[in-house]
Amino acid sequence: MIVGFTSTGEGWDAKIDPRFGRTEFILIYDEEKDELKAVDNREVSDMAHGVGPKTAQKIHELGVQVLITGNGPGGNAAEVLKNMNVKIYIKAGGMGIREAYGAYKANKLESIGG
Amino acid sequence: MRLAIASGKGGTGKTTLAVNLALKASGTMKTVLADLDVEEPNGSIFIGGETVDEKQVYRYTPAWNQKSCSLCGKCTSWCAYNALIKLGEIILVMPNLCHSCYACSELCPDGALPMEASPLGTIRHFSRGKLDFTESKLNIGLEQAAPLIKQSLNYLDENFKDHDLQILDSPPGTACSMMEAVRSADYVILVTEPTPFGLHDLKLAVETVRQLELPFAVVINRDGIGNDELDRYLKAEEIAVWARIPHQREIAELYSRGEILFDKVAAVDDALSDILQRLEGLS
Amino acid sequence: MKEIVILSGKGGTGKSSVCSALAHIKKDNILVADCDVDAADLHLIMAPENVPGVDFYSGIIAEIDAEKCIACGLCAQKCRFDAISLYEGKYRVEPLDCEGCAYCHYICPVEAIAIPQQNIGNYFQAESRLGFTLVHARLNIGAENSGKLVAKVKSIAKEQCKKEGKDFMLVDGSPGIGCPVISSLSGVDYVVLVTEATYSGLSDLERLWTLLDMFKLPGACIVNKADINPSVASEIRKFMQKKKIADLGDIPYSEDFPKAIAMGRTLIEENETRWRPVFEKIWKAIEEKI
Repeated sequence: MIVGFTSTGEGWDAKIDPRFGRTEFILIYDEEKDELKAVDNREVSDMAHGVGPKTAQKIHELGVQVLITGNGPGGNAAEVLKNMNVKIYIKAGGMGIREAYGAYKANKLESIGG
Repeated sequence: MRLAIASGKGGTGKTTLAVNLALKASGTMKTVLADLDVEEPNGSIFIGGETVDEKQVYRYTPAWNQKSCSLCGKCTSWCAYNALIKLGEIILVMPNLCHSCYACSELCPDGALPMEASPLGTIRHFSRGKLDFTESKLNIGLEQAAPLIKQSLNYLDENFKDHDLQILDSPPGTACSMMEAVRSADYVILVTEPTPFGLHDLKLAVETVRQLELPFAVVINRDGIGNDELDRYLKAEEIAVWARIPHQREIAELYSRGEILFDKVAAVDDALSDILQRLEGLS
Repeated sequence: MKEIVILSGKGGTGKSSVCSALAHIKKDNILVADCDVDAADLHLIMAPENVPGVDFYSGIIAEIDAEKCIACGLCAQKCRFDAISLYEGKYRVEPLDCEGCAYCHYICPVEAIAIPQQNIGNYFQAESRLGFTLVHARLNIGAENSGKLVAKVKSIAKEQCKKEGKDFMLVDGSPGIGCPVISSLSGVDYVVLVTEATYSGLSDLERLWTLLDMFKLPGACIVNKADINPSVASEIRKFMQKKKIADLGDIPYSEDFPKAIAMGRTLIEENETRWRPVFEKIWKAIEEKI
């Protein structure tokens, strides 16, 4: 499974960025390979319009299957995500990445849609 | 004559003035009032009246035609608003983000993005006695107030061209939607109140109408609260004050019930007479 | 850190007065962001220290190079916003009309149209008279994209709030239900609505709530000028019950509101014995909810 996180930093010790579209980084954890990599999203988060859909597109391109985030995507991004095969877990805002991953594994996060 | 009633700050009494002035004016001349505060229109609360016409307003946004699309993805790089997103083998259109510039549709090498109508809001035409009244309402969740205002002004041109007086109740602020409403006017009345907030926002509104090179005057509402800073500013800038509406609790109470003021409060009726006289002097 | 946004739908309901009073109550543990960027007024009460503004760029605007322009007219013909017109034999962009779509930039046969970033306003971060930090902004006249400036003010405020270790960030939002309001909602923990007991207040509250509902945000409401029309006030309360909006209580019609603004004071400074208990109670109710 490929797990994605909206994140304020680049490693396991970073925190979940509660924002979806304007998240600074997207962290990708490949469970099979046990590999964590960071994708800089600041170019997108600085755009004037439609950052939600653009971030969603990026998440799609990165092959994310499960996304852990904070507030949940706004209307436009949600529209894009509906068309993607990704399960979204919300309300992890402020948690560390490791903590959020643990919470997801323990079924303690709220899921929406998908 | 097209008169825009505007204010930098919200809640200064713009709608109150527009509604009362329009109703009073309609007694002596052919008048139409257009509520262009499309995000939060309130004129109809005071005017009511019978619905004469109701019109859905549409805007045009691209619709993806899968069959003819070669998935080159160029549209997604052209769109300045990120309203087009490519997800693998599909192109998703986000109508909420689209500004209807037509670039993607007209530049698409495959002709796979024809423009289609989608709802933007409604324009309603009411009549109360001799007054014609239009209300434009933006669909909730949409962000494009300015295009709806533009279409509402077209509606006025089409239907009320021969009216002696067209009054526009503008959206508050000085951003794009206020500009769109005000710029087509022959004259602007800025409504303010004598508080530092009122003055601060009035200065912005004055800067705006001056930039648009529109003639304007000020009406002071809630005269008597606050301080004399406003008067000093108006004097220094040589801005005409057309009327003053006193601060009275009675007015606030009538307003809260959605009632018309000028037939009940003499001070309001006097202020309106002054304004109408000034308007007459212009033409 | 919790982020609370204050909204009103309708202008003039007392939103900024409520905001400054609440900020005063919590002045040692708060940061305030004025996101009513179109008509930012909080700084008039908070009197922050004078700091230079930071230019803010967002979106693009077309610019035609008259040297390169061959006056073919294609741009003017294609522009859906009527932003390009002929002026002394050359085409020119009217910046107030340009929506920054860049269509003209793509089609100009001689590449005479550039699309530079547009300066849409300034933002400021300063210490207020009451000690807490105020982040505020000024949108240029007629500028679009106020949503982006709101997002910027919020992100600066949030960072600073974290740095200062404050527990609360209070956001004064714009009136209406359009782009600056939608932008002010991102990442918010709680929404406080300030309405007034008038039919306009009720109507605007209903439209605003429909928007908030789309974002599934929890909210509570204060009815200002409640005694000006008790029957509308009770209609508002019925609406709140129906929509499960928490009731933060009523505020009676009071001349203290305009008086305090006129003097550049918070309501607490205007009449401490009268207003401190009112706003302490409101704040306590908000804190319990979040």
